[in-house]
Amino acid sequence: MSTTNIILCGVGGQGTVLASKLTAAASMAKGLEVRSAETIGMAQRGGSVMSYLRIGDTASPLITKGSADLIIGFEPGETVRLLPYLKKGGVVITSNRAIMPVTAALLDSSYSGDSMVEYLKAQEGNLVGKLLTIDMDKALEELGSPKVMNMVLLGAAARGGFLGEVTIDDIKSALVKKVKPQLHELNFKALEYALI
Amino acid sequence: MNKQFLMGNEAIGLAAVAAGVNLVSGYPGTPSTEVLETIAKENDGSIYVEWSVNEKAALEVAAGASYSGARTLITMKQVGLNVASDPLMSLEYVGIEGGMVILVADDPGPISSQTEQDTRTFAEYSKVPCFDPSDAQEAYDMLIEAFELSEKYKTPVFYRPTTRVCHSYQSVSVKDYFDYEYHRPDGFIKDSKRWVIFPKLSYINHAKIEERNIIISDELSSYNRNTIVRTNSTKGIVAQGISFAITKDILDSIDFENKPNLLKITTPFPFPEKLALEFMDGIDEVLVLEELDPYIERHLVYVCGRKNIKVTIKGKITGDVASSGENTADLIKSYIYKFMDWKLDSDSINLSNTPELPVRPPVLCAGCPHRASFYAVKKAMKGRDTIFAGDIGCYTLGNAMPLDMVDTCLCMGAGVNIAQGVGRIKPDTKCFAFVGDSTFFASAITGVVNAVYNQAEMTLIVLDNSTTAMTGHQPHPGTGRTMMGEFTDKLDVEQVLRGVGVDVVVRQNPYELEQAVKVVKETADKPGVKAIIFESPCAVIVKPEKPYEVDSAKCIDCRKCIKEIGCPGIVVKAGKVSIDEALCSGCGLCSQVCPVGAISKKGERL
Repeated sequence: MSTTNIILCGVGGQGTVLASKLTAAASMAKGLEVRSAETIGMAQRGGSVMSYLRIGDTASPLITKGSADLIIGFEPGETVRLLPYLKKGGVVITSNRAIMPVTAALLDSSYSGDSMVEYLKAQEGNLVGKLLTIDMDKALEELGSPKVMNMVLLGAAARGGFLGEVTIDDIKSALVKKVKPQLHELNFKALEYALI
Repeated sequence: MNKQFLMGNEAIGLAAVAAGVNLVSGYPGTPSTEVLETIAKENDGSIYVEWSVNEKAALEVAAGASYSGARTLITMKQVGLNVASDPLMSLEYVGIEGGMVILVADDPGPISSQTEQDTRTFAEYSKVPCFDPSDAQEAYDMLIEAFELSEKYKTPVFYRPTTRVCHSYQSVSVKDYFDYEYHRPDGFIKDSKRWVIFPKLSYINHAKIEERNIIISDELSSYNRNTIVRTNSTKGIVAQGISFAITKDILDSIDFENKPNLLKITTPFPFPEKLALEFMDGIDEVLVLEELDPYIERHLVYVCGRKNIKVTIKGKITGDVASSGENTADLIKSYIYKFMDWKLDSDSINLSNTPELPVRPPVLCAGCPHRASFYAVKKAMKGRDTIFAGDIGCYTLGNAMPLDMVDTCLCMGAGVNIAQGVGRIKPDTKCFAFVGDSTFFASAITGVVNAVYNQAEMTLIVLDNSTTAMTGHQPHPGTGRTMMGEFTDKLDVEQVLRGVGVDVVVRQNPYELEQAVKVVKETADKPGVKAIIFESPCAVIVKPEKPYEVDSAKCIDCRKCIKEIGCPGIVVKAGKVSIDEALCSGCGLCSQVCPVGAISKKGERL
């Protein structure tokens, strides 16, 4: 059976873990084996975080560079940072919204999300097989909640067919079991938001 | 059996419950913490679970229970084992009655630790058998066998997962609750010849332990989790833990004909020597893939020397594997390919023209009260000759710019003594030690007693945020809650300090900046040992207040707020200072730093 290797990345506190757990639960409900690994501890405090997620029969949750089928980026700079993990022709789904590190404010660094998105675009057709950039400020404003970024990104991945055998309906079934009923509608809307 | 998506630590916790563990004690520490938390959550009331005051206490409480026939589990991180080592070294000589598993999580990298010490080496030193699982399923399955070995030989055993096993998730097959074991201890049976350690007993038991460990080594040589996969190659790889799992993935994913032989070692001590010899039969070159110490490598070299066998052993000692840090999947791949003379596929894309990426060192959270406390001391001591001795916890992050308020950090509770030592050498230095509330109870009290008794000149700053924040908010003696879900009397830091002879103790809210600065100035200039307790709860556990905002009409763009306190909630957007509402906890420290009053609570602009 083939393995689907996914990397979720962002900055501590952005909700990468829930997205990873939902996908895992959806995979297990289909009888698929799944492994994941993530950043926990000191590095979580405002640092770069990443989750590995592997659907299929594997021995380890970790992957080598050049072997991710999909990168789900919660922050454009973090997406660029982990691009070396992408398999040639792999898929990148990323938020365009930059999170400024404290160091950038202190050192007057010119970090901006735009340059990262431009860089990703330049890789399309080369390393990146398909790039989907989501205007996250707009998305979250239209959805009316700052907390559903993970669902916007995950929904795009599922509806695009990039989660291996896991479909958007599998994700929704898993979500219903994990999230409070009063939040279902908002999360479903977020899952369906991105144009794909 | 049923399948659950579990973190390695959750799997170990569930396995302990399924094994009928009677008592679980520990001290929080990444990457071990979730084991005890899982057991507390799954506890039907039949298991006694506690966060002990430190690892030494945890092991001693468990020792008493194990003497009484109970199955016990103790949890800690690798540096916690240093704290528990005093009782441990003696306990191995005395032995136990009920099975005792000491879970020590090692942290290659290190990712969240001070050291890259290896519990396998500690196992050998203390003569305590050691198990080393390679994934969450194995960590679940092997725990019961660890209890059984412990009971069979009446010895504590180590259970030593590493970060990537502790914190990785997988679909794990677990027992249904009706298959759980229940273990009924008999209670303590008096036998002073057995339970009281004297030189003569130590001498007798030492000989028995050495004999026993040879027997265990033989037994582990046929243990079904130490596995050999044979090929036709004359090369072999020996691996453990996550390095084994990665190796297996890599070997499974390639279709070269000449794959190496593979040996997995899940029981590093006593080293399964016969199995290693069997593996090396017909092999002339071995690569050892392990993290931390070259533990297996040393044992292979040793056994080859002793048996006069001509096999080349490659690993950390020979420089074929990095001597420090994690074995990432990419590193393992490069080691294997080089060892096998395979060519690495070179169709990787050149990403050298990447734009400059943001640096994200960990920082104190927005609204963290430690920031306010550090800033108050910094302001009060400006221009003075000072030492700020730090300690272990979130507040170690006070070292980051622009606060730069941690001059030293060594181990739990060390700061209070280091501050004294610095003062002994240069008495006109104003010596400060910063310690969190959990660390204070764990291991700083004796340091304060030392300071008082020896008439040191120092100021102790207790950063009391009412929790153990760094490891995920565990209760401690000052919080008034236990892991059995009960409420208990809080230990009061001020009363403890007064009780051990600190006469000057001031309690202060760090967010009253002006007053806090004044208190620091006054207190630090008093003679002897004095203490300030900065009290304000961890920003993560309290509901945020209304956020603050910057009035851009008033802001003179001096950026003092950014340069002085470095709060992640203050950002520069389109060239202007602004506050990220999603991050701001409404602590208001920045508004007290702004020289022109441009920062105020949202909607309360003057």
